[in-house]
Amino acid sequence: MILIRVLFQTVFLAIGQIWSNKIRSMLTTLGIIIGVAAVIAVVGVLSGLEQQVLDQFEKFGTKRVFIGGKRPDGIRGHREWRQVQLTIEEVRAIDEHVESLTKVVPMWGGSYRIENGDRAIESVRIAGIWPEWHDIENRQILTGRPFSALDEELRRQVCLINEMAIEELNLNQDPIGDFILIAGRRFQIIGIVETIELTGIFAGEETSTEAFVPFATARFLLNPYGVIIPTWGELKSVDDAETVKQEVAFVLRTMRGIEPGEEDTFQVQVMQNFIDQFNTMANVMKAGAGGIVAISLLVGGIGIMNIMLVSVSERTREIGLRKAMGAKPMIILMQFLVEAIVLCLAGAAVGLAVGQGLVFLARTVSPEQLGGASVPPWAIGLSVGFSAGIGIVFGMFPAIKAARLNPIDALRHE
Amino acid sequence: MAIEIRNLKKVYKMGVERVHALRGLDLRIEDNEFVAIMGASGSGKSTLLNMIGCLDRPTSGRYLLSGKPTHKMRSGQLSRIRNEEIGFVFQSFELLPRATALKNVMLPLVYSRQHMFTARKRAKEALERVGLGDRMRHKPNQLSGGQRQRVAIARALVNGPSIILADEPTGNLDSTTTQEIIALFKELHREGQTIIIVTHEESVAGHAERIVRLCDGLVQSDLPAAKDPLHREYRRAVAAAAQVAAHEIHADKPGIDAEPKTLPEPVDNGSPTPTTRKITPSKEVTP
Ligand SMILES: Nc1ncnc2c1ncn2[C@@H]1O[C@H](COP(=O)(O)OP(=O)(O)OP(=O)(O)O)[C@@H](O)[C@H]1O
Ligand SMILES: [Mg+2]
Repeated sequence: MILIRVLFQTVFLAIGQIWSNKIRSMLTTLGIIIGVAAVIAVVGVLSGLEQQVLDQFEKFGTKRVFIGGKRPDGIRGHREWRQVQLTIEEVRAIDEHVESLTKVVPMWGGSYRIENGDRAIESVRIAGIWPEWHDIENRQILTGRPFSALDEELRRQVCLINEMAIEELNLNQDPIGDFILIAGRRFQIIGIVETIELTGIFAGEETSTEAFVPFATARFLLNPYGVIIPTWGELKSVDDAETVKQEVAFVLRTMRGIEPGEEDTFQVQVMQNFIDQFNTMANVMKAGAGGIVAISLLVGGIGIMNIMLVSVSERTREIGLRKAMGAKPMIILMQFLVEAIVLCLAGAAVGLAVGQGLVFLARTVSPEQLGGASVPPWAIGLSVGFSAGIGIVFGMFPAIKAARLNPIDALRHE
Repeated sequence: MAIEIRNLKKVYKMGVERVHALRGLDLRIEDNEFVAIMGASGSGKSTLLNMIGCLDRPTSGRYLLSGKPTHKMRSGQLSRIRNEEIGFVFQSFELLPRATALKNVMLPLVYSRQHMFTARKRAKEALERVGLGDRMRHKPNQLSGGQRQRVAIARALVNGPSIILADEPTGNLDSTTTQEIIALFKELHREGQTIIIVTHEESVAGHAERIVRLCDGLVQSDLPAAKDPLHREYRRAVAAAAQVAAHEIHADKPGIDAEPKTLPEPVDNGSPTPTTRKITPSKEVTP
């Protein structure tokens, strides 16, 4: 009961003490301020970066799987690119036999010239896709319609374009039903596909003109040997990352007749793996920053201990008086401990403010990359908790020293 | 009985040297007494008072406070005794400089089990009791020396102690203020408070009922004030001086309270030991 009351008063007393020695307190807690500011800034900025990257992964879909050919490194197994690429039969087999994938869609890819009247663009990325592509890729059809099974079956000369194409090809505002030439052949525009702005590490050519045609049409009209670029699949669950690798390996090794011990001529990449890799990297960076911060907090703690020792010897008479008035050693101990903790927390508060300021600065300086930078609550909790811990650890020795003072010796202290 | 001290010894160790501050002192003080402790500098007055106030521990001997053996207590229990049983008044006031008079007076209540919820009210009452009802919000540096000592006395009173101990409470005050403070002590005594003060001034000691004189860590004499030979000598001297002064025009208030400008050479008073200092009539002579 007394303890709680004294605790309460001590907190106010300590705040008053710190306030009346503003400069001194500030200098004393500089280590803590810098430490906390650093942890807040680093974690804040890093989490912003992380958020941005993960958002990009999210846009791609975290359940996404890429299956493609791979040329083995060894000389013995040397093959041409053509020889290792997935065939449509292999894609069908995967679609049929791999349980952990909801869907697989092959993509045919190539670059061709597109024309509309006298407007022409060279080497536009053309993708030949199955209608199932629409289920995997979360890109909306803004106007018109998506591909249907019939388009594929009948190898219709239809295409989807993105908004960018309307501008670049000088098409009508509503170009549905109009015709354009792809590699010299007439294709009817049936829909407009949303353009996904990819920023940061994924930024690329994605944002310029794109055109999509049915897979079968592409193979038949444009190039029967056209490259099947990585086949995309979608996992049933993100936990199936390892299963899907084994299942695909089984199917492809069997079909390709790869002997045990021989290297794979294909590869399976799961989005979740990229995310895990990125997270590992981010955590390593955070741990590194944490190490630096721990050292600066340690230095800060020594500063706290120093000032508390000064405080104890400056206020020896006061301690003597309080003891003479009946303060038990425990209470005196607590008083100085609380003061050390309050000092550390005050430092932490300033550090938090500075750190937040730095994060805000980072956000305004580079809104592209760090727009999402914000300080997660755990970082605030951690640095406040750590500062309080520093206060307890480094305040303990001076506090014990004060508590042990003999009342009469303390009162006689000059 | 309030205080019973038997064969109390205190030895200070200073390196190899040992200072025997108290050498087996015996003393009994009853409830509601007003005792002055006197003696030469270094005779052990403060040491004794600190023992009585449980601020320090004896090297050996017994000290019962209201029947409780304090020499056997742990420091936590002693803290409680200091808080509840003792009110200490120091020569240099020992107020917290940043705290108001009210806060200073509340200090013992902070560490008290009782009166938790009435602390402010009690502190106000104590300040009013010492005549500082209008100075509660003043800080020590905004108060005169006498007022500061009143705050200190209010602080000593606030937790209703059984004994008030004062070590040279008027040592830092001028004569008028000294009289005010002594009057306050007398009033408290009249209300039933046990008071023990250490002083060098006969004029202060004269207000006590009983004068205990220490010499070299032992009680040299322990008599009612009226029977104490040294004190009687002092009074006689003052009276004589007053008479001399009365012949001069500007001596208007004779009496033991007056501070005579000059004193006649003390006559041989048959003091039992020449070690004790003789009459100590005024501050000009005290160290
Ligand atoms: N902390 C200490 N360490 C060593 N010696 C001490 C200590 N306190 C007191 N003494 C010694 O004990 C003796 C008694 O001291 P004390 O303070 O009780 O005297 P006093 O009667 O109060 O004197 P004064 O009238 O000057 O205040 C002195 O010789 C002093 O030097
Ligand atoms: Mg003394």
